[in-house]
Amino acid sequence: MTEKIVVKDLYKVFGERPDQAMQMINDGIDKDEIFDRTGQTVGVCGANFTVHEGEIFVVMGLSGSGKSTLVRLLNRLIEPTSGQVLYDGVDIAAMSDEELRALRRSDMAMVFQSFALMPHLSVIDNAAFGLELAGVDEAERHERALAALDQVGLKAHANSYPDELSGGMQQRVGLARALANDPAVMLMDEAFSALDPLIRTEMQDELLTLQREHKRTIIFISHDLDEAMRIGDRIAIMQGGIVVQVGSPEEILNNPANDYVKSFFRGVDVSTILSAKDIAVKRQVTVIEREGVGLKTAINRLNKEDREFGYVVGDKIDFHGVISIDSLDEAIKAGKTKLSEAFLPDVEPISGDTQVSDLIGTVAHAPCGVPVIGENGKYLGVIKKANLLATLDREGDGING
Amino acid sequence: MFPEQLKVPLGKWVNQFVDWLVINYGAAFEAFADSLLTLLVALEQVLRGAPWWLVLIAIAAITWHASKNWKLVLGLVIAMFIIGMLGLWDKAMQTLALMIVATSLSVVIGIPVGIAMAMSNRLRAIMLPILDTMQTMPSFVYLIPALMLFGLGKVPAILATVIYAAPPVIRLTDLGIRLVDPEVLEASRSFGASRKQILFGVQLPLALPNIMAGINQTTMMSISMVVIASMIGARGLGEQVLMGIQRLDVGAGMEAGIAIVLLAVVFDRIGQAYGKRSQRTPNTGDAQ
Ligand SMILES: Nc1ncnc2c1ncn2[C@@H]1O[C@H](COP(=O)(O)OP(=O)(O)OP(=O)(O)O)[C@@H](O)[C@H]1O
Ligand SMILES: [Mg+2]
Repeated sequence: MTEKIVVKDLYKVFGERPDQAMQMINDGIDKDEIFDRTGQTVGVCGANFTVHEGEIFVVMGLSGSGKSTLVRLLNRLIEPTSGQVLYDGVDIAAMSDEELRALRRSDMAMVFQSFALMPHLSVIDNAAFGLELAGVDEAERHERALAALDQVGLKAHANSYPDELSGGMQQRVGLARALANDPAVMLMDEAFSALDPLIRTEMQDELLTLQREHKRTIIFISHDLDEAMRIGDRIAIMQGGIVVQVGSPEEILNNPANDYVKSFFRGVDVSTILSAKDIAVKRQVTVIEREGVGLKTAINRLNKEDREFGYVVGDKIDFHGVISIDSLDEAIKAGKTKLSEAFLPDVEPISGDTQVSDLIGTVAHAPCGVPVIGENGKYLGVIKKANLLATLDREGDGING
Repeated sequence: MFPEQLKVPLGKWVNQFVDWLVINYGAAFEAFADSLLTLLVALEQVLRGAPWWLVLIAIAAITWHASKNWKLVLGLVIAMFIIGMLGLWDKAMQTLALMIVATSLSVVIGIPVGIAMAMSNRLRAIMLPILDTMQTMPSFVYLIPALMLFGLGKVPAILATVIYAAPPVIRLTDLGIRLVDPEVLEASRSFGASRKQILFGVQLPLALPNIMAGINQTTMMSISMVVIASMIGARGLGEQVLMGIQRLDVGAGMEAGIAIVLLAVVFDRIGQAYGKRSQRTPNTGDAQ
């Protein structure tokens, strides 16, 4: 995966004497005390993370945790106090004004929570705003703006003015304005937070659709966990200016770095976030099907481990089938020799990407733990009724792996 | 009695300063005054030389352009017609020329100053008390230094008018720019706008309704200055009012007063119509 944006030791202090505050940070004094003693606010404190090309990277945190500051440090709407932001390996913090403007015009577009449209410009001129700044001539910029409006389904409103549109439509214009520049990176600061829940979900879907058609690197600020889980490939969690954890939604859910992170998941419906592969366990007896492993060997193995069911895999750990002591007995009595002739007929493996909410029925009705398979039929483990209940039960007070 | 020793000879200092200006920059002032005068005289000649109906048509056309409202057009044409019926057409044209030049000069000076004030808090802190002073000082106080620098006539009248009338357009330009939504400015920056692009593409267009209101106020104030300016030799309607006062001719003064009011109304309505137009409202839109 290509590293699109690399943030290294990034700090932002708001105040008259950032050097003094930086010294205090180095001495290990915390943000609140720095504020009490110097009146300066540490907006972002020592952020380090990498955003990969083509992913949606969500930054989450409570109000005042420094999300907006962080995202503005990436395109230098806010000057960093120290540290680096590498964009394709080039340090944005060290760019000249000219280079920075070129970057903003062609590579990094932003979408704002309050839409921030130009009230005096028509929808099409709003969408063409970035292109106009870049000096694109009128015919071309209108063509490109119209194409961008088409992508967000607003072509018909090209000649309206922002104040004639609903909030959701206004934000589509904001999105079109960013898309028109065809940027590699989009910075979205709580872009959907001002919209009502239905429209918000619709916009999230739309963003995901756009992303399927043309992968861009998106840095998406949000304070809504459901939103983060829904659209985020990876999530960074901020607390008081510090990035406390970066990981995939499942990683963070399964392994929260601290209580603050955990507190985000309170009340979240884990069954829609976790998928089968996250809760599958591998503590079952597996029998590798190969020359010399017959029905007898398998029955001995199950008896020795004191298990009723066994999971048969190939030599690449690809899933073949489920056997039980009973099915093995019957097969032997019927004079069969191959393991596959003892497979339980009514146990179907489920895909690792199935959401937990979608497999409850399957697991509940299966005679044994349900096998989970990944790509190329690879055996990932088994979900038993007991793990499923435990998972669903842990929802509510965070999950501790 | 306040002790005599503590008296500050401010008046003397000002005189000395004005003297110093006259001695050192007299030639420059004269050149400036000459070009202003040339401009004014040319405009006056055009307005007074043009047939009255042509002026009426011009005013009707401007009003239509500003408002697209035929009732307003009719009203303003009637107002101008009444001025003619009062026998004050020629004087009104003199006043009109003076006002156009003074207002234009105020705007040409005022908008850049307003922009500079919006950009710099320090400049704003210095300018605000100066603007307050400019507006609260009795207006004929300006006549004295203007007189000393330029003598009697039209040019000091224009300058006194500019000093008195420029503050609103300066203030409202500053205010209009400062009121522009900071998020919109941030968005402009985020798309790579330079300072110049932000000023001309975002701040000024968004400040336009306020700037137009400022220009309107400036125009009104320059009309009110017309009477006073006539004391130092500016011709026009003010002269007539002054004459009315001097000869205790209430009727003549009244006529001139009505003409001034009508002229003010014409300017005000045209200015307001332009102001409204700059403030695009959803349903009336641009295309109406
Ligand atoms: N220009 C500024 N001057 C001083 N302090 C600032 C400035 N901008 C932000 N801060 C402070 O920095 C901290 C982080 O602010 P930031 O806006 O980044 O938070 P946020 O996570 O985006 O919050 P929200 O969810 O409310 O948008 C806050 O304590 C805020 O008060
Ligand atoms: Mg924010």
